[in-house]
Amino acid sequence: MKSSGTYTLWLRSIKRYSRSKSRIIGSLAQPLFFFLALGFGLGSAFSAQGGFDYLAFIAPGIIAMSVLFTSVFSGIQVLWDKQFGFLKETLIAPVSRYSIMLGQTLGGATTALIQGLFMMIIIFIFGKLTLGFGILIALGFMILISLAFTSLGIAISSRMEDMQGFQLIMNFLIMPVFFLSGALFPITSLPSWLKTVVYINPLTYGVEGMRYGLTGVSSINPLVSLAVLGGFCLAMIFLGGYLFKRMKV
Amino acid sequence: MIYHIVIYMDAIKINKLTMKFGDLIAVNNISFNVKQGEIFGFLGPNGAGKTTTLSILSTLLKPTSGEALVNGFNVNKQMDDVRSSIGMVFQDMTLDDELTAYENMDMHGRFYGVAKEDRKTRIAKLLKLVDLDQRKDSLVKTFSGGMKRRLEIARGLLHEPKILFLDEPTLGLDPQTRNKLWEYIEKLNKDTGLTIILTTHYMEEADKLSDRIAIIDKGTIIALDTPDNLKKSLGGDIITVETVHGEKFEKLLKKYSWCKSVKLHDNSLAIHVKDASKSVGEVIKLADKNNIVIDSANIHKPSLEDVFLHFTGKTIREQEADSKDIMRSRLKMRGRR
Repeated sequence: MKSSGTYTLWLRSIKRYSRSKSRIIGSLAQPLFFFLALGFGLGSAFSAQGGFDYLAFIAPGIIAMSVLFTSVFSGIQVLWDKQFGFLKETLIAPVSRYSIMLGQTLGGATTALIQGLFMMIIIFIFGKLTLGFGILIALGFMILISLAFTSLGIAISSRMEDMQGFQLIMNFLIMPVFFLSGALFPITSLPSWLKTVVYINPLTYGVEGMRYGLTGVSSINPLVSLAVLGGFCLAMIFLGGYLFKRMKV
Repeated sequence: MIYHIVIYMDAIKINKLTMKFGDLIAVNNISFNVKQGEIFGFLGPNGAGKTTTLSILSTLLKPTSGEALVNGFNVNKQMDDVRSSIGMVFQDMTLDDELTAYENMDMHGRFYGVAKEDRKTRIAKLLKLVDLDQRKDSLVKTFSGGMKRRLEIARGLLHEPKILFLDEPTLGLDPQTRNKLWEYIEKLNKDTGLTIILTTHYMEEADKLSDRIAIIDKGTIIALDTPDNLKKSLGGDIITVETVHGEKFEKLLKKYSWCKSVKLHDNSLAIHVKDASKSVGEVIKLADKNNIVIDSANIHKPSLEDVFLHFTGKTIREQEADSKDIMRSRLKMRGRR
């Protein structure tokens, strides 16, 4: 009975996702825009100075970005369900709240992962990605990022009452998390105050892990990245489960 | 062992149920039973505690004190058993409107562990029952309000519950759709013997559908009986008089023994008498003698509206206006759903 609740909600996420073509394309547009504008804009400046392939450098960061945004957005989906009533239908079913939360998390994470893969293919087409075993390592980190941030989205929407705070969260949580990770710039030569912030940011470890997988080089030991991101991921799943369980409807 | 006999006879058994939200007592020490196979109406103004009671019975809310047995299962302890044995149609839509009618049904079946083959046949049967079989592959967002409500009822029946809860089933529907829905509900009850509990603030709806009605006001049950008995309990006739001199006339009428009671609201006086054919002359004469202008008068047997007025001293509409503020503070406390 319990697993059927999880599976059902996962299935629902996939169905809804596969039906929303405009959303799929829409949420690829922003990372792609970053990739092209920053990549070619700043990239040309870097390459003029000395052969640094900036496009290849930000490729993992751009993929992480599409995973991050889709994850949080999927987590916030719970808020939509709350607002439009569907959540009640799930909460009144003879399944535990944990299995519901897990279903939402797995569903959201899966869609985020698929978005990430789409981004990966686009970057591959631009020739900034080499096929190899490393892609599997990157995939592992993408899974962790998607699970962690979908759970975070669920945790947030369990506490929120309406959509009004949504924009706030995008601006004051997700944007900083993205910009203050190593997605767009190398983290080794940063001023120390910024370095501290970047090292606190869990996404940094996701991006660094993916960068190791895709380019073979990273500023942080991939095992350290794995441990930190893995720990963060577990913590977020527990936090999401805890808050979802306590949520009042 | 006595318990078992009770369980067999009563679909629902509520014992001293109380629900507080902070200082507000939404449900105040209510006790009543619902028999198997009956349509039980829960009538009261908005904010009276109907939905709160339903939320407790369906395990969405934990009561502050007291207990309730639903199909013999304790709502505080055997939550999954309660959930499996009831169907619920909420006041607000709880469908996923990005999915089709069929998908919504199918998902529900999965939640309740209905086997794949059963799911298929039952969904087909139920969608036919509510006249939605032609639209089963349409997205729910393309449905009208009435269609959505019908789909929710069909969905609530998919796991073959013993009790169906309908929270304000016809709220916001046009009269035609409302009538149609009433037919469905009656048919469902007649054909399958399903116990149905519905809340409503429409007198007409409670009167037409319910075998028994509990009138609830400010969290308390003030009357419970069949619609006929409730009306008979008042006995006699009601003479309703429209006049601008309401207060003066009310005072006068109270002095006479043939006037069982008199209630004023707005410019309308509801005069409860034993026999209108005898008293109506007295009323007119009395008005005439005291220079009270009567704009209109009519005589009717007590309606549920009169029953409500009798017990609460207010019409259900007035009561609703009063409880709006209470509702607002309650919503705030509950964290807006």
